[in-house]
Amino acid sequence: MQKNFDTSDYDVAVVGGGLVGMAIAFGLAKRGRKVIVCDGEDNSLRAARGNFGLVWVQGKGTKCTNYARWSLHSADTWQGFSDDLEARTGVSVGFERPGGFNIALQPDELAAKAATMQGLFEAEPRLKYEVLDRKALAERLPAIGPDVAGAIYSPNDGHVNPLYTLRALFAAYEQAGGEYAPNANVSAITPSGGAFRLTVGDSTLNAGRVVLAAGLGNRTLAPMVGLSAPVKPLRGQILVTERVQPFLAYPTIYVRQTVEGSVMVGDSAEDVGFDDNVTPDVLGDIARRAIAPFPILKNVRLVRAWGALRVMTPDGLPIYEESTAHPGAFLATCHSGVTLAAAHCETIAPWILGADRPTLLDSFYAKRFAV
Amino acid sequence: MQNDSLFKTLPRVADGTVRVFIDGMPYQVPRGLNVAAALLANGPLACRTTVVSGAERAPFCMMGVCFDCLVEIDGVPNRQGCMTPVQDGMRVRRMQGARSIA
Amino acid sequence: MTLKHLDLLVIGAGPAGIAAGLEAQRHGLDTLVLDENAYPGGQIYRSVSHSPLADPSVLGADYLRGRALVDDFERSSVAYWPQTLAWQISQDKRVSVTRQDAGGGTLQIAARAIVLAGGAQERPFPVPGWTLPGVMGVGAAQTLLKACAMVPQAPMVLAGCGPLLYLFAWQLIRAGVGIRAILDTAERGSYRAALSHVGGALRSPSYLAKGWQLLRAIRRAGVTHIKHVEALRIVGEQQAEAVEYTVAGQVNRIETSLVLLHQGVIPNTQITRSIGCDHVWDDAQLCWRPRLDSWGETSVPDIFVAGDGGGIAGALAAEPSGRLAALQAAHRIGQLDAATRDSTASPLRAELARHNAIRPFLDTLYRPADGFRRPAADDTIVCRCEEVTAGEIRAMAKLGCVGPNQTKSFSRCGMGPCQGRFCGATVAELLADIQGKPVPEVGYYRIRPPIKPVTLGELAVAVPSPDGSVLPRAEFPK
Repeated sequence: MQKNFDTSDYDVAVVGGGLVGMAIAFGLAKRGRKVIVCDGEDNSLRAARGNFGLVWVQGKGTKCTNYARWSLHSADTWQGFSDDLEARTGVSVGFERPGGFNIALQPDELAAKAATMQGLFEAEPRLKYEVLDRKALAERLPAIGPDVAGAIYSPNDGHVNPLYTLRALFAAYEQAGGEYAPNANVSAITPSGGAFRLTVGDSTLNAGRVVLAAGLGNRTLAPMVGLSAPVKPLRGQILVTERVQPFLAYPTIYVRQTVEGSVMVGDSAEDVGFDDNVTPDVLGDIARRAIAPFPILKNVRLVRAWGALRVMTPDGLPIYEESTAHPGAFLATCHSGVTLAAAHCETIAPWILGADRPTLLDSFYAKRFAV
Repeated sequence: MQNDSLFKTLPRVADGTVRVFIDGMPYQVPRGLNVAAALLANGPLACRTTVVSGAERAPFCMMGVCFDCLVEIDGVPNRQGCMTPVQDGMRVRRMQGARSIA
Repeated sequence: MTLKHLDLLVIGAGPAGIAAGLEAQRHGLDTLVLDENAYPGGQIYRSVSHSPLADPSVLGADYLRGRALVDDFERSSVAYWPQTLAWQISQDKRVSVTRQDAGGGTLQIAARAIVLAGGAQERPFPVPGWTLPGVMGVGAAQTLLKACAMVPQAPMVLAGCGPLLYLFAWQLIRAGVGIRAILDTAERGSYRAALSHVGGALRSPSYLAKGWQLLRAIRRAGVTHIKHVEALRIVGEQQAEAVEYTVAGQVNRIETSLVLLHQGVIPNTQITRSIGCDHVWDDAQLCWRPRLDSWGETSVPDIFVAGDGGGIAGALAAEPSGRLAALQAAHRIGQLDAATRDSTASPLRAELARHNAIRPFLDTLYRPADGFRRPAADDTIVCRCEEVTAGEIRAMAKLGCVGPNQTKSFSRCGMGPCQGRFCGATVAELLADIQGKPVPEVGYYRIRPPIKPVTLGELAVAVPSPDGSVLPRAEFPK
């Protein structure tokens, strides 16, 4: 499709209008920069439409404590981020941080989870947690069923409406003067005299800096600017039920109740390439996973289901990197676009504009994959 | 049929009636009706209020595609009334907003 | 959990599904026909074999003709499951079904071929106030008459256009039910435009004759028939109290407690979309339909569509359509050689062509006006389930949503239990209007299973875990 871009340069072009791209783009626009987001089509693959909505910290970081710290930093920033979005746009994204539960059906499962959490806590004392037996759990989650051994609770966890988050980001970004170009797939990025020329269809646009936030699309874009994005799809399926009266005040890792009252149940992690379909066997497994801890969900109706493709690096950790061959080109990729949205807006965006790179992010260079 | 119903019945074959409870009140309903029709025959008109705004709704399509005739039938909420034939002793309740979980 | 194997599964027991089932049986296929309703007949022949009316002749000869077809089906030995919902067809063509009649249960069906005969639904007719109690589809009111012997108590307003609206008016007149007014939304100039297709119409003279008879009867009964209505608004506090209508720029008002709306029918494409069939936009009928070959096979091998689900052609076209699909399925399975298939098909194709010949004329004559497909009033509810208005859809477009899926994810439009059946067409039309694009370029919702809501419990028993255990969360690389 022919695009008529403003012919003057942009300060930053962000490729990709999902949660990662829009959080960064908003962070840039609200800091006064002239930004354009080049986004795909209405039916492009979009991890941003497939999120569960957890703002989650517990359990992360077993291979890399900095990942837990990064997630915690973002979770701690989320309230301010949410308040800012609501103040600017009037959209309430439904962010709540009452803490979250990881439920164990069997005693040995509970013990294993507890051991994991202890290890994380010893590496980083802010990763607080409690081990609850069934009785203690039932006091906090009255709907819990009898066939449960207990759960890990952590006060660091919360949840939010991921679609409203994206909608609020769109509104806030545009209000801050950001330009949004849909149906604008970027086919080439050409470094040119310290800046970057992006090819979109038959048009081009110029930007002083470029941020690759195109999810699975980053794989082909990254080498154009001397970066590497070894990402692959990992499918997750999710169920959403009809709305029910409130019964679950906290998010759990597989089951959460939204502000509207519907219950979301997830998920799976399937290596099936670019197939985002839902399958009856996995839906059945997910349903069983909901009913085991919460038997009262047995007669609640599933209204819709979907499959979405997570953007996975080989170790599951993010990549935040500036190209050394072409300074000004940045790569940002992760599979927790909801949890990390606040940090992308308030920490990554300033770094892109020249602020110091937090040492926390030392763990997230792509060179860790080099053989 | 209630006086405030928007509908009346044409002469029917003699296939008898069943007793159906609507919000606790008993009604004799012709055999072969579906629950949505039984509700339309015995006012008030609205069969539920919506989960989003609490607006009143009544059956709209009578063929199971609009989901406006959702009612509680024999203790199970959110069933499509137009797709459920009446049965003797059936208990129908109009729903207010979201269903309860229990 | 039971897995049932079949040669042919037919989903839908209207005229197309019945014809497909009977044809399949003639060629020795192990066939099952299932349907959500309690009796066969679909919508057009609803309750024809078990009419509650003491005098069903009020419905007319075309309806009663369906009796023979349904009787043949009920007398046949074709396996038939009423009150059965097919709620998912997976990539490997396994169909998950739940039986809601006595005995109950959920199982999976593996058929070598599937005929989808789910028919059509009334086209959404979004006008302000259309969600009020006291507003229903004309088809809905006709179903109440056919299936429940119920008719409006007091003279009511019929609004819209299309053959079904005039047929129902005629049936009401025969039943002695008063009609307050017909507010006819067929556009000025549509008759002249339709005349360019009258050649085709004359190949099916009986359709034209029937239409004229209906309109003449309506005229003779003295029914107030207001033409070229440009806009409608239904008003009322808790329920419909009046309808305001605009003709030649002037707004008038009729007090009424019951408004029946109709502007044609459109194919029900939930199942075909959920399995990824290609769809085409039919600009004559202003609707999406699955892309079909001459046997009714979709772009997914061994999955066929018969009847109005493949494009609106009416009950009489549904029967040959169903038979053609069954013939090809039988051939595909190896029960029927190509020569016999083709010789059997030949007269069916001629029959189908005769019924299709009237379509361009009718589609043009009763083309729903832009204003009734693309509501101008911002307060018009577009998504009935989530109560999203036309104004909100326009705001989403302004925010940057270029297609229905982004619009859905931002506004919740299309997320309710009807899963876009009543809003999908309108959202696409509004976005097309705003962007100045043809509707097919805008796209449609991504439709997923379940086709209708099923409980988590039903889902949980639909497919067993290999060892009955609960799936642990796959270990992410951490």
